[in-house]
Amino acid sequence: MTQTIDTKTVKHVAFLVRLGISEEEAQTFSGQFSSIIDYFNMLNEVDTENVPPASDIANAENVLREDVVKPSMSREEFLKNAPNSERGYVKVPTVLGDE
Amino acid sequence: MKYEPVIGLEIHGELLTNSKMFCSCSADYGSAPEPNSNICPVCTGLPGAMPVVNKKATELAALVGLALNCSINKHNTFARKNYYYPDLPKGYQISQYELPIAEKGFLEVNDGSENQLNVRVRRVHIEEDTAKLAHEKNYALVDFNRAGVPLLEIVSEPDIRTVEAALDYATKVRAILRYLGVNSGDMEKGVLRFEANISVRPVGSDEFRTRTEIKNLNSFRALVRASQYEIERQIKIYEEGGTVVQETLGWDDAREVTTSQRSKEEAHDYRYFPEPDLPPLQLSDAWIESIRSQLPELPEAKTARFISDFGLTPSEARFLTSERTLADYFENVVAKSKSPAKTIHSWIAGEFMRYLNDSGLSIDDVTLAPETLAKLIDMVTDKTIGASAGKTVLTELFKNGGDPAQIVKEKNLLQMTDVNAIQEIVTKILNDNPKEVDEYNAGKETLFQWFMGQVARTTKGKADPNVAKELMVKGLEERKK
Ligand SMILES: [Zn+2]
Repeated sequence: MTQTIDTKTVKHVAFLVRLGISEEEAQTFSGQFSSIIDYFNMLNEVDTENVPPASDIANAENVLREDVVKPSMSREEFLKNAPNSERGYVKVPTVLGDE
Repeated sequence: MKYEPVIGLEIHGELLTNSKMFCSCSADYGSAPEPNSNICPVCTGLPGAMPVVNKKATELAALVGLALNCSINKHNTFARKNYYYPDLPKGYQISQYELPIAEKGFLEVNDGSENQLNVRVRRVHIEEDTAKLAHEKNYALVDFNRAGVPLLEIVSEPDIRTVEAALDYATKVRAILRYLGVNSGDMEKGVLRFEANISVRPVGSDEFRTRTEIKNLNSFRALVRASQYEIERQIKIYEEGGTVVQETLGWDDAREVTTSQRSKEEAHDYRYFPEPDLPPLQLSDAWIESIRSQLPELPEAKTARFISDFGLTPSEARFLTSERTLADYFENVVAKSKSPAKTIHSWIAGEFMRYLNDSGLSIDDVTLAPETLAKLIDMVTDKTIGASAGKTVLTELFKNGGDPAQIVKEKNLLQMTDVNAIQEIVTKILNDNPKEVDEYNAGKETLFQWFMGQVARTTKGKADPNVAKELMVKGLEERKK
């Protein structure tokens, strides 16, 4: 049976979010993604001809703040959550394919 | 076959706000004492943090849109641009996609041959800057002080056909941002960055061929050099019967070549979707008009006024209006001075700028009051002092301040205008140098400057040069055998 989301798409999406997945997992997700998408595709049956696209679900607009600086969080607090740090910086692995 | 380039520019400029785009952390990462000192859960992408739009940033963005002759979208929305990179804490950048704050503008630019053309501005949208990455040998260090700083992206249509026009467009956008006070234009600090989309096609054709996108253009020089390089590279490919590959290129400033960044190509799939954490901006006509009323006189309009009001040439006017502070300074001097505006332009474009350039100063550093400069220029105009004495006084004013009249007195620089006194000096020089007089009268006309030099030396440059010249010509004529 052909899936709405094939394994190729699953692998591409996995690459975009930098997740390594096996061929077997790609097969599994292909089936799962497809059934989710197929379920949502039911929405396409609704006539939305004269309905403008929604960009917000709370019906709020213009929630703005004044341009005023407020104290930031402490660096120590922040770095506690970082897997690795050095001299106050967050330390990360070299990015492949970067300059 | 002759080819022409088709160029579109994307300009990224940070907005000069106090706080960041979606949180209340200081946006002034340049003066942050330490890395990761201006941060909070929002700009470091901690779970559950909610962004709130900076009101000032929307005003500045609209101001830029209006200055670029755009229409403002009364209903505009935020979107997530998803990509995975360590300088992007949330895994997406909040940006505007389908409905940017401003679109469909234009800017008049010069194509390098005094021809004006309109470059259409496709859109102006709000987004947030990324963190700064410092690359070490086997790892990278991340500083989030810049993450979340308001950033404006100004995208042109591919209407540019020469590198000169691209440079002029970028220069004009920078000048407008500085006029509006929304960006310092300080490229060395990275507050303004360019990207160029380039393709080439046979002259006369209206097709759009495959384009490449050059990133990391952090100076006007890089913009020009990278564009020239890329245009030549593509023409060469076509001439050899090849095809240009659509790709993202980096610009290597040191080697002056574009380099392929193909590894990122697949990542160019941003999966934009509406930002669920931010409601749309709904802008009223009244709000838009109140922003429009804040628009200052922009460089183009100021240039036109300087030409018509002050009788300046287009290039003189463009020089003075290149910076708002310079234009204001000039107008203040004109207002305080009795001298013609043209004369004031000559002083400012000449000695004044020379001093600034030699001292590595900018117009913003000048403490010399416009009325003081006006006084000095008037003393030269009414021949109280000579032009060279004027330069001496100007240097003194720049270095130590003071009053021009006082400096003239102290340094004994009053111009010698007494015809009899000058005649006496000229006669003595002619009598003392019979050999040079004979040579001159025998046809060695270049000696005239030497004679004038003698006058300048004897009088320490104080003799009225026109009187001295006239008397010298007459004296030499009389001694013709
Ligand atoms: Zn923050």
